[in-house]
Amino acid sequence: MNLFKTGAAALAAVVCALPALAGQTFDSVKAKGFVQCGVNLGLYGFSVPDDKGNWSGLDVDACRAVAAGLFGDAAKVKYTPLSAQQRLPALQSGEIDMLARNTTWTLSRDTSNGLNFTAVNYYDGQGFMVARKAGVKSAKDLNGATVCVLPGTTTEQNLSDYFRATKMQFKPVVIEKNEELTSAFFSGRCDAISSDASQLAAIRANESPNPDDFVILPELISKEPLAPAVRQGDDQWMDLVRWSLFAMIAAEEKGITSKNVDQMLTSADPDVKRLLGVTPGNGKALGVDEAWVVRIVKQVGNYGESFDRNVGKGSKLKIERGLNALYSNGGLLYAPPFK
Amino acid sequence: MPMERGRRVRALLYSARFRAAVYQVVVVAAVVALGWYLVHNTLANLAARGIATGLSFLGREAGFDIGESPIAFEASDSYLRALLVGLLNTLAVAVTGIVLASLLGLTVGIGRLSRNWLVARLATLYVEAVRNVPLLLQLFVWYGLVTALPGPKQALQPGLGVVLSNRGLKFPLPHWHYSYVAVLAALLAAVAAALVLRRWALARQNRTGQPFPWLPAGLGLMLGLPLLVFAAAGAPLDWDRPVLAGFNFRGGATLSPEFAALLAGLSVYTSSFIAEIVRSGILAVPAGQTEAALSLGLTRGQTLRLVVLPQALRVIVPPLTSQYLNLTKNSSLAVAIGYPDLVSVANTTINQTGQAVEGVAVVMSVFLVVSLSLSWLMNWYNAKVALVTR
Repeated sequence: MNLFKTGAAALAAVVCALPALAGQTFDSVKAKGFVQCGVNLGLYGFSVPDDKGNWSGLDVDACRAVAAGLFGDAAKVKYTPLSAQQRLPALQSGEIDMLARNTTWTLSRDTSNGLNFTAVNYYDGQGFMVARKAGVKSAKDLNGATVCVLPGTTTEQNLSDYFRATKMQFKPVVIEKNEELTSAFFSGRCDAISSDASQLAAIRANESPNPDDFVILPELISKEPLAPAVRQGDDQWMDLVRWSLFAMIAAEEKGITSKNVDQMLTSADPDVKRLLGVTPGNGKALGVDEAWVVRIVKQVGNYGESFDRNVGKGSKLKIERGLNALYSNGGLLYAPPFK
Repeated sequence: MPMERGRRVRALLYSARFRAAVYQVVVVAAVVALGWYLVHNTLANLAARGIATGLSFLGREAGFDIGESPIAFEASDSYLRALLVGLLNTLAVAVTGIVLASLLGLTVGIGRLSRNWLVARLATLYVEAVRNVPLLLQLFVWYGLVTALPGPKQALQPGLGVVLSNRGLKFPLPHWHYSYVAVLAALLAAVAAALVLRRWALARQNRTGQPFPWLPAGLGLMLGLPLLVFAAAGAPLDWDRPVLAGFNFRGGATLSPEFAALLAGLSVYTSSFIAEIVRSGILAVPAGQTEAALSLGLTRGQTLRLVVLPQALRVIVPPLTSQYLNLTKNSSLAVAIGYPDLVSVANTTINQTGQAVEGVAVVMSVFLVVSLSLSWLMNWYNAKVALVTR
């Protein structure tokens, strides 16, 4: 009996140890025919499933763009909803191929955690939301406040840094699940809730009893460049994910939309010709066929279309382009040349 | 000679003891090899993916704050100290939870055996309702209840400086005065005196049959002596009262909503299991014991206290140990309602450092040590109450 038990335990351990190093990500994704994409469990505007299980959002579009470029079909994505704690291990262990889950690009994640960030798909910053009736106008008025915050990420640390730098006191209430955290805030357990401003807008639009009763304070206390990440060790895969994003940004810059992309194929602009693969070379260099950008724009849209649909004026969130406008419009978005 | 040797080999193969030994050696070797492979595989994979390993992160600055802590903690302290705060918070809720669950469980367990119809039915209802609903759901309910209290500006103030709001229960605490050392010393002396008194009283009762009410006398001593010293020092009392300042009340002592909800959830849930254990323990004592005790003229209360419970304890203690361990381990559900226990602090640590393997290993070892200590303590107590064959 003991022998049997030991044997069973040993077997279980072996089975669990099997998902070791996968092969080259690019080749394995191509072979299996879909992209396994890690996304948020449910963050309005970034990744939310509808009642039929179809995912949408700005982060989801990053995954769909890669699938459209690689397979010619933006639907060839399987989604793995991940909590903040699960996301890095899921990518490190090979459970997912790419992580598009409002993840901040930081030095330590880029180095000691074994990840590579591809390109920023949303410039965010951590802010505060308070009840309007509290009469708080600025984050500088928050001395002595109780602040509801999600665990981990960089959020807790930014919060402590801000209050240390301004020599104010606060008490954190750290709750792991989004819904429990927001319900604690709306019940009045905390004076403020702190998270990325985009997330606060989503919480206000969807979970508050009345969106007008809550204000997002003007101060942003951190830089949060959100970027899809891949595992270290496969540069070809990293390039594809990175340039799929750049393709959406470049398309917006050149005025190419999902509606007019077919007409643009006849454009005389050499940049547009290169971008859309009329002048070949870019696709071959990335390991996909030359029409990859055409399909991305047709099926997912350019960056501006994706932004408006998910978080901008076409959505409930109504977030301004702000930092996320093209560099030519005073924002930070800038795609390197497609040469 | 070869014949002789062949027979000996065969005899060895047919020997049950020899085969058993071989099996054991093979299994141990396999387990060791497997363990080595797993560790090696993990380290190789971590290195291949460029993930830092080792426990050196424990000394780095944590950089985050913790909502409540029995020891001083600020963001500039190390991860090690942060984890220590988490451990102390876990122990605080586990120890108070064990005490409360035991008292509640004992009451309900005895209640289920009550001859009063209503009491017995109520106790049954309690047990069946509480133990059949998942603990996590119960925690959400408790947390919903405590956060549904009014905010600090509309706080309930039932008097004596006590304030109840959705920021917790706040109550006044006297400022420290140097004469309190003498008061504490008096309390310790009173405890020692009470123990001596108990010894003397029991010895006298054994000798002469004359009982002495050592318990009330001892309690009186423990209350009276410190009070006397306190009065002699001029009764220095300076209350630190909770006062509304800005967002919240400042000053006094606080029982946070998260701690209260977790404590209530853990105690109530575990008490339903303890009640069943107590009931089974009491039923395991033969009815003849009760009848004999009653016919000797002991009251019902005395019968329960002096005859039934001491014997029931032998049945109760082993399963009770499991329940105490369960309560301690269940305290890790704290992350769901925002109590900064060890798991919650470790979660943040893992997130910030990205060193999941080490973080989880630290939590596992700490829980192992806590559980083993608790189990050792309970085994020691069990050995004490067990029947001794002379």
